[in-house]
Amino acid sequence: MEVGSLLIIVVVLCAVVALLYGPLRTRGAAVRDESADRIAELEARKEAKYREIRDAEMDMRTGKLSDQDFRILDRQLRAEAMEILRALDEEAPDAGGDHRLG
Amino acid sequence: MATVGRALLILALAVAAYGIFASIYGARSGRPDWVVSGRRAVYAIAALVTGAFAILEVAFLRSDFTFATVAAHSSTTTPTFYRAAAAWSSQEGSLLLWLWLLSLWASLVLFLTRRTLRRVAPYATAVLLGFAAFFTGLLVFLETPFGLSAVVPLEGNGLNPLLRHPSMTIHPPMLYSGYTLFAIPFAFAVGALITRQVGAADWIRSTRRFALAAWFFLGIGILLGARWSYAELGWGGYWAWDPVENASLLPWLTGTAFLHSLMLQEKRGMLKIWNVSLVLATGILAVLGTFLVRSGILDSIHAFGASTLGVPFVILIGLLVASSIGLVVWRREALRSENKLDSPLSREAIFLANNLVLVAMAFIVFWGTFWPLIAEAITGTRRALGPPWFDRYTVPLAIVLVLLSGIGPVIAWRRATPSNARRNFLVPGLVALGAGALLAAFGAADKPLALAMFVCGAFVVGSVGQEFWRGVGVRRAMTGQGPLGALVSLVARNRRRYGGYLVHVGMAVLFIGVAASTAFNAARDIRMAPGQSVRVGGYDFTYVKPTSAISTTSSGELEKISFGAVVDVRRDGTKITTLRPERGYFPSLDGEGLGAIGRFFEGEATSEIGLKAGMRRDLWTAMTPDIRGLLPTIREGDRVFKAAGGKLSPEVQARALGAALTGLVNRYVTDPPPATFRIITSPLVTWIWLGAIVVFIGALIAMWPGGDAARRRVRAGYAARVAQDLAREDLARV
Repeated sequence: MEVGSLLIIVVVLCAVVALLYGPLRTRGAAVRDESADRIAELEARKEAKYREIRDAEMDMRTGKLSDQDFRILDRQLRAEAMEILRALDEEAPDAGGDHRLG
Repeated sequence: MATVGRALLILALAVAAYGIFASIYGARSGRPDWVVSGRRAVYAIAALVTGAFAILEVAFLRSDFTFATVAAHSSTTTPTFYRAAAAWSSQEGSLLLWLWLLSLWASLVLFLTRRTLRRVAPYATAVLLGFAAFFTGLLVFLETPFGLSAVVPLEGNGLNPLLRHPSMTIHPPMLYSGYTLFAIPFAFAVGALITRQVGAADWIRSTRRFALAAWFFLGIGILLGARWSYAELGWGGYWAWDPVENASLLPWLTGTAFLHSLMLQEKRGMLKIWNVSLVLATGILAVLGTFLVRSGILDSIHAFGASTLGVPFVILIGLLVASSIGLVVWRREALRSENKLDSPLSREAIFLANNLVLVAMAFIVFWGTFWPLIAEAITGTRRALGPPWFDRYTVPLAIVLVLLSGIGPVIAWRRATPSNARRNFLVPGLVALGAGALLAAFGAADKPLALAMFVCGAFVVGSVGQEFWRGVGVRRAMTGQGPLGALVSLVARNRRRYGGYLVHVGMAVLFIGVAASTAFNAARDIRMAPGQSVRVGGYDFTYVKPTSAISTTSSGELEKISFGAVVDVRRDGTKITTLRPERGYFPSLDGEGLGAIGRFFEGEATSEIGLKAGMRRDLWTAMTPDIRGLLPTIREGDRVFKAAGGKLSPEVQARALGAALTGLVNRYVTDPPPATFRIITSPLVTWIWLGAIVVFIGALIAMWPGGDAARRRVRAGYAARVAQDLAREDLARV
């Protein structure tokens, strides 16, 4: 094997070891943040629900839903969104309702 | 540098193995440091494989024949543009391309989700690293791209001439981008199943764009393959239900299904088992697609690999299928639907029907593709199912699919009332009926399936047109913008919706092109001498005169000999165009066995078609010259050069060979033999390519990320309304 090739391989090997070992040097505490996962999930659900409300409004404006159908659907969707916000309130009471602002 | 390339791959394999361990250990012990280290393993593999791929590319560009794969798949006479692409024409190069693309896409998705999906991502990382380890293992142990030539040849074998087409340089990277991107939702679905997060909306949200990108790239790859088939293979078609074509179509079909049904899960928490099964099936079908191209297990004009990889791939696919089924069964409780279908008259129901049709199509394509193996297992004889079998089942399903893609945009989510549905279907229905009546009057009624497709296609155009019209009207009323400004802002603010609608229109246009060009084409194979004519599809094709040429590379080396024809096309005596089809003969390297001149006609031969493409009709022709009349002259030349072997200096020999070949091509023109022509007139083929472009533009719009500021602004209004409701309720409780 040529010296140049060997040198390249050694340098690459060192770089890879440094890259992989970097996070392990500062031993992180074991974390099982169930709450953070739950909040992330609820945030995703909230966004999906807002999108659904928006789609319903677009459907009404473009004539796919009558005003009456829209009112019923919109009420139902907003009630579902409120459920999610309530769950977020319970999950993250310290947030002071920030998630309600979108 | 071959040593460095090999070392990089060995290192990548070790890093993949470490990364799998680190990710799983980190996830199970709740240690984020190990999870981060596992994620970094993916980045490291991306860097290592990028280095390995660059070494191989440089070897191809420099025609470094010390690399065995370069000697086998390229040559100094291969144009530079194609030399760059020759790397992935080889088995080992294409596997390296797969690995490279996987590592890049995996790095991107893991970087983007580094602060989210903390429970799912480590397992997804392990799955992606598992794929990387598999392909790296193949490259290290079975198909190394860095093998050295036992004897370094002065000249390489050259790139397969059939692959010397611009679309073939982009086709494999597109196809493989699609396959590798489909591995991402697969990996995250596995992670979600393991961690019981399968019903969660955030992993779907995080990976949906990658699924759409996979669908987009795979679609482009399929289209480029069809275009190559039409322009290069000399049979005049763009789709032959060939196993390798089918292999790329399978994940695309199931991917299309899950892109729709994921919306149901995201919005309504419905169809979780179905969705996760589709995601897993699509990932597995993407691996199967790679396996079919590379294993040579099924006979195909596109399969460029002979099999040494069959066993490992079968083991991998078996493992993926078994573990996917096991995971879904294991987590069936977490996969219960949160909601039921409110009404059969709703967009949810249309999505469900669309899914059933797409999966039925995928099943038919799968069955037809693997039938030769099934038949062989049962009867001992391998029997393939031809295009008529596929057409019998897929054509009616495609018509239903196009119809559904027109109904979807005009029907409301959850529940549409009959009166409302009537109002929304009126205009598209009238457009469809009008188009149907008009086309029937012009003779399309003779082909009822094609007519049905035209009617359904017109329905889609009508329904989507109506959606845009109404949407623009709403925007204008809200903002006072002009029509164009309103259209732009409408699409910009609702990218997924209107991008998706454009995809539907593009697919309708594409299918109209397929139906017209299949049902109303006229084709004829005929042997003609110069001066003779034939009438095909109402056009007169006249073989005016032969042509011939010797093509050389920029360095003056002979690349190919071409024999062609000038074909005059007229309709009712009026000249329409002149076509110039050719047959190109690429020399074999076996100068000793095949003769100094004979070797030019014993290597690969390709068709350069003569094509006049138009919005209404394509005029297509390919020709095969009858060179039997030249054979005595060729053999005589071979004898002369053999007798003179060693007596002439290389320069004199090269000059004499040049003179002999020039004489031969001149003789083809002065004393032309008859040639066999394949002539096709085919309507609306161009609509297929245009439809596909519209599809891809629509997909790009749907994929394009909206700015955070815009998203926040849009969300704020709805958030305010809901927060107001909530505050009101809280107050009432107090």
